Amino acid sequence: MALTIQRHMTFDVPWLPGKTVTIWNVDAKIVFQAKGKPVLAKLTTPMTQSGYTQISQNATSPGYGLSFINQKSSPQTQWSIRKATGKQTLYYHIQLGVMDKQSDLPITQMPSIEEQAKSNRGALASKAIIAVANETSADANSFTTELLKMLNAKNKNQNISTLISRKKSKIELLTFLLNEAKIPNKRVGVLRLKDGRRNQHLIQMIEVYQKNSNNVITKKLYDADHIQSVDRTGLLIWDESNRSLLDITGGYKSKVSFAMIKEDAHALAPIIQNIKHNQLFDFSIHSLLIEDQALFKGILMIPLGVLIVVIMRILIGIGTSGTFMPVLIAMAFVQTSLITGLIGFILIVGVGLVIRSYLSQLNLLLVSRISTVIIMVILLIALFGVLAFKLGLTEGLKMTFFPMIILSWTIERMSVLWEEEGPKEVLTQGGGSLLIAVLTYFAMSNDIMRHLMFNFIGLQFVVMSFVLSLGTYTGYRLLELRRFKPLADKE
Amino acid sequence: MFFTSPFKLKSKGVMGMNQRNCAYINRYNPREFYPLVDNKLKTKLIAKEANITTPALLGVITMQAQVAHIEQYIKNDKGFVIKPAKGSGGKGILVITKIEQGRYYKSNGKEVEISEIQRHVTNILSGLFSLCGSIDVAIVEALIQFDNAFEGFSFEGVPDIRVIVFMGFPIMAMMRLSTAASDGKANLHQGAIGVGIDITTGKAINAVQFDLPVSHHPDTNKVLRELQVPKWSRLIRLAASCYEMCNLGYLGADMVLDKEHGPMLLELNARPGLAIQIANSQGILTRLKLIESLGKEHNMNIDERVVFSKKNFSIQP
Ligand SMILES: Nc1ncnc2c1ncn2[C@@H]1O[C@H](COP(=O)(O)OP(=O)(O)O)[C@@H](O)[C@H]1O
Ligand SMILES: [Mg+2]
Repeated sequence: MALTIQRHMTFDVPWLPGKTVTIWNVDAKIVFQAKGKPVLAKLTTPMTQSGYTQISQNATSPGYGLSFINQKSSPQTQWSIRKATGKQTLYYHIQLGVMDKQSDLPITQMPSIEEQAKSNRGALASKAIIAVANETSADANSFTTELLKMLNAKNKNQNISTLISRKKSKIELLTFLLNEAKIPNKRVGVLRLKDGRRNQHLIQMIEVYQKNSNNVITKKLYDADHIQSVDRTGLLIWDESNRSLLDITGGYKSKVSFAMIKEDAHALAPIIQNIKHNQLFDFSIHSLLIEDQALFKGILMIPLGVLIVVIMRILIGIGTSGTFMPVLIAMAFVQTSLITGLIGFILIVGVGLVIRSYLSQLNLLLVSRISTVIIMVILLIALFGVLAFKLGLTEGLKMTFFPMIILSWTIERMSVLWEEEGPKEVLTQGGGSLLIAVLTYFAMSNDIMRHLMFNFIGLQFVVMSFVLSLGTYTGYRLLELRRFKPLADKE
Repeated sequence: MFFTSPFKLKSKGVMGMNQRNCAYINRYNPREFYPLVDNKLKTKLIAKEANITTPALLGVITMQAQVAHIEQYIKNDKGFVIKPAKGSGGKGILVITKIEQGRYYKSNGKEVEISEIQRHVTNILSGLFSLCGSIDVAIVEALIQFDNAFEGFSFEGVPDIRVIVFMGFPIMAMMRLSTAASDGKANLHQGAIGVGIDITTGKAINAVQFDLPVSHHPDTNKVLRELQVPKWSRLIRLAASCYEMCNLGYLGADMVLDKEHGPMLLELNARPGLAIQIANSQGILTRLKLIESLGKEHNMNIDERVVFSKKNFSIQP
């Protein structure tokens, strides 16, 4: 506790998130195989843009020469080395402060329209589409909307279908059509900022420019799957270069992925922290790479979940199947989002129970039965994933986050319970576990809790002392007050 | 109101689960003696050494290979019981009450195929019923013919008597009567009836099913208050002597009353449940505190301890 207070006092780490400035720490991680020759890697980095101020940027890369090139159109970070072999990993780190006021710099120049390679095939089709869109639209934005309507229609018209089959993706086609129609546009790579995420990638989107009657240029952001323009909050436009994100010579099999983490600090702190507190923070989790920090942000929430289970068992008296199973399920929920997770869990366990009841007729030994259930669960997850994808529910793919071994044990236990005590007991125990899992989920995904647990390591000890003191609690459990009621009411 | 107040419970001396675990089980039951009671086979062996009668052991099946020859253990014509050595809460107990021309019948009259029995034993061996699924052995035991005094009180099953023995003193007792719901077994959470039994006289005090008071047996309509356990003094003395045998301070002894052999020990429990308080409509804490106040150096032998209990824990005048 004292440690926590001390951290608040000396480092000004605020108690609550939100009251302060939000800072995004984003790491870009470049992985590639070097060929044993000189390597030159250029990574496009974000421009100043509305909604964010850049606080700092740096890069780590053992042995590499480093330079930040600040061209007008696109800043770049450049790494170079005389000779490198084997797998190489480079990190670029940027710290961005979130600004409340969305104010775009005035745009002075329209992006140039790319000349299309002339080809006869498809030219007619694209002409036809543009003509249709032109008819129903007044300006560049409504034109884009019209195009997107056609692209995303359930029954696509003949012309669109021919073109889609020739282009790699919808977004390619959209760019092509906008260019054909001479509408100024720009392809951008966008990062969706979500706290504690790792292994993220840029999403391709299109900016469409338009000049109004007062000669003011505005732009709007579109992705190819939605008809309306995209709301820019929570999005960071990383790559506006119109070139490739990563340009590498002397390496192959290159990959860029992003990790990010949210941090809340006093309005002044970002600047001070950079200069002064840097060393002070050095031994904390904050000195780790963002990717690892994001990992920790998840792990540090687990004690909270454990605490809830302990409270539920010792103070309330709710039984669960498998003591800490609810925590693991809650962690899966954090990844999948609650509703998807709940549906997925119930589906898998439900279908699993049905199949398991068939297995029980086979007279298998316990180990092989559990193993069969594990394989079955994996197949089920795969099946549901594919089914959901075919139905257009990308959410379904998230089921892979479920801890499969735990699920299998759950199914096994529940089915034994079913055979011995009947479905009622299965429902109460399963329901109890799910209830606790949901509660734990809410605690673990709560922003304030995340903030506190991550920034104040001391709280871990507070949680621990709670758990310890609950271990010596000898009073009644809540449900016992009900159980022993007939006894108390006697006489 | 849905809940009662904790102060009311406290004033009645009712013990909760946390207190049981923390202040009694953890303090008075040393870990190293658990295996003796958690394994029914070991319990039987030490009971034999201590001259405490238990139901006759017909055989032990330890390997899958023995399952095919199961009939050699169960030829006994009076009926038998197969149970997992490490089972608890009535799980995995198969009671065969009648054998006629090589066919087996459960207490409810249903026939059980020999292949079903074999499958049951396989399940026991693979650890389906044991705590945390560790491999197990199956015990074949002679069927207990329960005493005529219990006729009509128990439905299709042998009633047993749970005695809580604290530091060798019998503290509280409860008879458990099986019902149609509990399927020939006398475990409370499976639907058996718990009848609080007076330590001094062996007479019924109060009865509960699923933690709620009942006055009649739901299947036989017998009035439960009329229950009187015969040979009570011998039974309670036997229960008290289990303390010396297993060294557990806070102990639940499951006793049965056989027609021919009298009181016998069925099994021991290191973590006896709390429902016995509801069945007796009495908190157990006051009694535990009284024994604790005696200290360690009271030097009483078994008979003196039983007398002390009978004197202090009587409810009826
Ligand atoms: N040898 C037996 N003869 C008849 N019934 C028995 C026998 N053994 C057990 N039972 C029945 O099964 C119930 C549970 O047996 P027990 O040995 O106490 O196992 P558990 O540890 O699962 O409670 C007893 O209350 C009794 O009704
Ligand atoms: Mg028992």
